Amino acid sequence: MTTATETIEGFVKNEYKYGFITDLESESTPPGLNEDIIRFISEKKGEPEFLLEWRLKAYRYWLKMVEPQWPQVKYPKIDFQKIVYYSAPKKKTDGPKSLDEVDPKLLETYEKLGIPLRERGRLAGVAVDAVFDSVSVATTFKGTLAAKGVIFCSFSEAVREHPELIRKYLGSVVPYTDNFYAALNSAVFSDGSFCFIPKGVRCPMELSTYFRINAANTGQFERTLIVAEDNSHVSYLEGCTAPMRDENQLHAAVVELVALEGAEIKYSTVQNWYPGDEQGRGGIYNFVTKRGLCKGRKSKISWTQVETGSAITWKYPSVVLQGDDSTGEFYSVAVTNNFQQADTGTKMVHIGKNTRSTIISKGISAKNGQNSYRGQVKIQKSAVGARNFSQCDSLLIGNRCGAHTFPYIEVKNATASVEHEATTSKIGEDQIFYCNSRGIETQDAVNMIVNGFCKEVFKELPMEFAVEAQKLLGVSLEGSVG
Amino acid sequence: MKQPILEITNLRAGVEGKEILKGLNLRISEGEVHAVMGPNGSGKSTLASILAGRDGYTITDGQIVYGGVDLVEMSPEVRAREGVFLAFQYPVEIPGVNTTYFLKAALNEVRKHNGLSELDAMEFLTLVKEKMKILHLPEDFLKRPVNAGFSGGEKKRNEIFQMAVLDPKLAILDETDSGLDIDALKVVSAGVNKLKRADNAQLVITHYQRLLDYIVPDFVHVLSNGRIVRSGGKELALELEERGYDWIVKEDLQTA
Repeated sequence: MTTATETIEGFVKNEYKYGFITDLESESTPPGLNEDIIRFISEKKGEPEFLLEWRLKAYRYWLKMVEPQWPQVKYPKIDFQKIVYYSAPKKKTDGPKSLDEVDPKLLETYEKLGIPLRERGRLAGVAVDAVFDSVSVATTFKGTLAAKGVIFCSFSEAVREHPELIRKYLGSVVPYTDNFYAALNSAVFSDGSFCFIPKGVRCPMELSTYFRINAANTGQFERTLIVAEDNSHVSYLEGCTAPMRDENQLHAAVVELVALEGAEIKYSTVQNWYPGDEQGRGGIYNFVTKRGLCKGRKSKISWTQVETGSAITWKYPSVVLQGDDSTGEFYSVAVTNNFQQADTGTKMVHIGKNTRSTIISKGISAKNGQNSYRGQVKIQKSAVGARNFSQCDSLLIGNRCGAHTFPYIEVKNATASVEHEATTSKIGEDQIFYCNSRGIETQDAVNMIVNGFCKEVFKELPMEFAVEAQKLLGVSLEGSVG
Repeated sequence: MKQPILEITNLRAGVEGKEILKGLNLRISEGEVHAVMGPNGSGKSTLASILAGRDGYTITDGQIVYGGVDLVEMSPEVRAREGVFLAFQYPVEIPGVNTTYFLKAALNEVRKHNGLSELDAMEFLTLVKEKMKILHLPEDFLKRPVNAGFSGGEKKRNEIFQMAVLDPKLAILDETDSGLDIDALKVVSAGVNKLKRADNAQLVITHYQRLLDYIVPDFVHVLSNGRIVRSGGKELALELEERGYDWIVKEDLQTA
């Protein structure tokens, strides 16, 4: 008799389809980190003095810090002197003025990844900023956006063109003293995206940054800053992939969001860094600090993340609810298959009156995957009438994986209401057989159950990306049962 | 001439090295309703599981021919697409997957397999609403996750509802009466009776005669110790109700 287990085992092994390497000449610093490297990066980018000073302060601060030990993840000690901190595709001029000046090999890479940088094609209607290793290579639809007063460009360009905005907002949400990786990033960040939505403007299209690590032994340290002025609105998407390499690579990004009065920022991530192979070799260490500040009254920040990649994920997109009546949301699906580890969650800090936050976290673990939800809900004394609702669900596939939940709740105002719900379930052979006995194949059954489990989060993603996310989840979990 | 649908010959099968079915013979033809009755542990549910293709059972001897081909060679999903349907004794809950979505996927798998076009959402809803009436199901039923939070009665009704939608050639009802109150039992039985046609068949597995007051079988078989020890018409069920299983089991032991 064909057993369900055999059928499941027989499925094609999950192939990471973005694992190719682009052969490009690049300009890199030697491995290691010191003040000269930082000066080099800053000079390379033609940065103003204040920024170099800021980087150096961050570096000196970082030197005194120790790596965090509290996450529920295991990995060999990182040698920070073996990492290359700057790598950029070599180019003739200072920066491509138009797409025609971008190396065709780079354009090809993004085409292969399904991210056309030409301003037509499938993703028309989404403006893309593409970051390759350490630098931004192209930003699309700049003209259309500029007509509305929206600034969307690489971080380096923003430093050159809008230094006053950078000076005002850089580090205002995540100071360089925040944590070990944020300090490191502040010292060495090489590029990223900058986005500014002026007062009262509803951004006419989705903005998207696509991150790609290519060079070996290179860390990617990008910085994203989004500022939404009063009553403006923006939806921002972020995607990431990397080649398959046997050694681990570090990705330590910082994302800062600032929402002023009545502004709304929706930030969605589909994270698909190379997760390592079935034996747990290679893969990206994704150590990221993401935080949003609801500065003005009635502002809103919403994080949606689908985390399927990386060997280790360590990130807590958070919202500081400073303005009265502001809203923070966190919707997350995190998948750990094979030997992947994830310690992810959020922080909601309620400061303003009648602030509200919602946390929906879905963790899926398969094979030897370890998935931890770590979340903090903090209600400050000033947060009269604050409300939080948290729901953390874990889905286990097989017997070797693990799910852990670490909720921290701190309430200093008696008028606040905080709710926390958690469930753990398992895709059982009984469920699979039930689907089989109705004519549905095992893999389809698993996808159906997983997608059902993640529905609440997927519905928060922009339509096109929800479809991508569903497919990605299917691929990530192929061959996971049995 | 009635075509045979299922022919089980000298079936020996077990689980984890323990033989449970010990030479079972059963033949079901088009248009027939068969009841298999027997005491606990006689192998009733094992028979249902093996027919549906549940993992973990080993067949050591004998044959199961369905529609002229070897059933054992087919995976559970292929059996389903070929028209074998099992109404589970304990239907599992699938949280997060709504009933409409689940059933549409199932029906379209069956249709695809049989060379029919897949139904779109509108066509499917039209069909399903028709079938829901048979089981007196409320409208919101379709929006709820499969069996999640359903009462015992609702789960059983959902099984028969799925049977109505998938329209199987051979429906196996595994203790569908267990856990049902008399009203629910009537609804479920009436549903099953409506689905009976000249070109399909039903195999009703039950411990109690009660169900057979509503689903009237053409044949009743007594399963004991892994074999069919007595077959007869519906009056056999009544006799069992009156006298219990012991006398048949004893007679069987004496003749064995």
